[in-house]
Amino acid sequence: MTSLQKPEIAIVGGGPAGLSAALSAVRQGAEVMLIDRDPALGGQLVKQTHMFFGSRKEYAAIRGIDIPGKLVAALEEEGAEKFKPLLDTAVLGYYDDGVILAYKEEEQAMLIKPQKTIIATGAAEKMLPFPGNDLPGVYGAGAVQTLMNVYGIKPGTRVLMVGAGNIGLIVSYQLLQAGVEVAAIIEGAPKIGGYLVHATKVRRAGIPIKTSHTIKEAYGKDSVEGALICSLDENWCAIPGSDLDMKVDVICLAVGLTPQTELLWQAGCEQKYIPELGGYVPLRNEKMQTSLPDLYIAGDMACIEEAGSAMVEGKIAGLYAAADLGYDEKVEEHCHSYCRELEELRAGPTGAKIRQGLSRLNGGV
Amino acid sequence: MRIKEHPIIDFKRGKPVNFTFNDREISAFEGETIAAALHAAGVRVLSHSHNLKRPRGFFCAIGNCSSCLMKVNGAYNVRICVTPVREGDQVEMQEGRGDIIAKA
Repeated sequence: MTSLQKPEIAIVGGGPAGLSAALSAVRQGAEVMLIDRDPALGGQLVKQTHMFFGSRKEYAAIRGIDIPGKLVAALEEEGAEKFKPLLDTAVLGYYDDGVILAYKEEEQAMLIKPQKTIIATGAAEKMLPFPGNDLPGVYGAGAVQTLMNVYGIKPGTRVLMVGAGNIGLIVSYQLLQAGVEVAAIIEGAPKIGGYLVHATKVRRAGIPIKTSHTIKEAYGKDSVEGALICSLDENWCAIPGSDLDMKVDVICLAVGLTPQTELLWQAGCEQKYIPELGGYVPLRNEKMQTSLPDLYIAGDMACIEEAGSAMVEGKIAGLYAAADLGYDEKVEEHCHSYCRELEELRAGPTGAKIRQGLSRLNGGV
Repeated sequence: MRIKEHPIIDFKRGKPVNFTFNDREISAFEGETIAAALHAAGVRVLSHSHNLKRPRGFFCAIGNCSSCLMKVNGAYNVRICVTPVREGDQVEMQEGRGDIIAKA
């Protein structure tokens, strides 16, 4: 075991939220250690080949894959001596004396005791229960993106997409770009969950979107050879006789994400189950500070949303973690502009669910 | 199954490397993970469930799900979806939980 390291701020997770938090804290003058289990920073942005919507300040109209490079360049330019990335390093535990246990690949375990910690560990994909869901060929949508967009490998020849939220729609389009056939997108709800602009794009490309449909079963000997799907009535019950057999070799699950809050449970943060935000999420104030004053949160771990809002949350968490250490120059001014940005991103009908979830988290019903 | 042409991405593949999976010789590119290389070579079954021995495949691709644990160069329980492939790697399907005590 190496000696105890004591950075001013430690950030767990180097995705959009963690990188933005680092930049924001470094700009205030704080010293930041950014810990990520992957060999490169960027989190899941590395496979997002589509252009982002939302706020221009948060890189709208830029492809996700191009964002980490910009953030890292800014970090290196503005705070090289203050910024210490710790890659290939998994955080394994958070103890109640505020000590983080981390393990770097092929090295040894290390203990880190930061003054402030920002947790930005993102989300995990949800699973859907159905017979055969463990067969090879049933993939999470993120895995399909990794294979196609990072490694340039086709996941299969013909795909059934389960879920018509933004991820299901976007990944379907990306499958077409990779030259893979998408047999259909099925969605249990009576209407498409994702943005109309994405839905229109895949429909125009000839992919049917079947709402009020679900998967009953995946079949195949050693891997997926097909799927049985069926229609659902208004009570989400299968309509007898509506089964349809689809010959596919890949079933891609895009059925939502849930925050990875394990470290927060270990730390003992207060959390609440808010389905609109993706599951259990930590209580937080407007500074993105949890019920434990030295712990801040940002990104999908705080609530399942888009990378744009994750980056703004990161900026807020980084700003206040630094400000609470005394690096409080122009805090009000920055906060005002970040909060407005967040409000704008969550305005309108697409943000209704998030607004409702956040209001329930803060005590409303 | 490697993508040849793509409207947005220019895949910069690394230099070719060779490794073995069980007794099979497989070629891959530097920069790929072992799981990606196996997938490109058409290998879909990566492990079996402990009790019912049902086949398990690629699932999360980011080291979360433990569906792809294999024995790599003698070490058990290697998450091959986040382990870069190297020239001469000896990759074997792992049955059971493996020996977690590293051999000297």
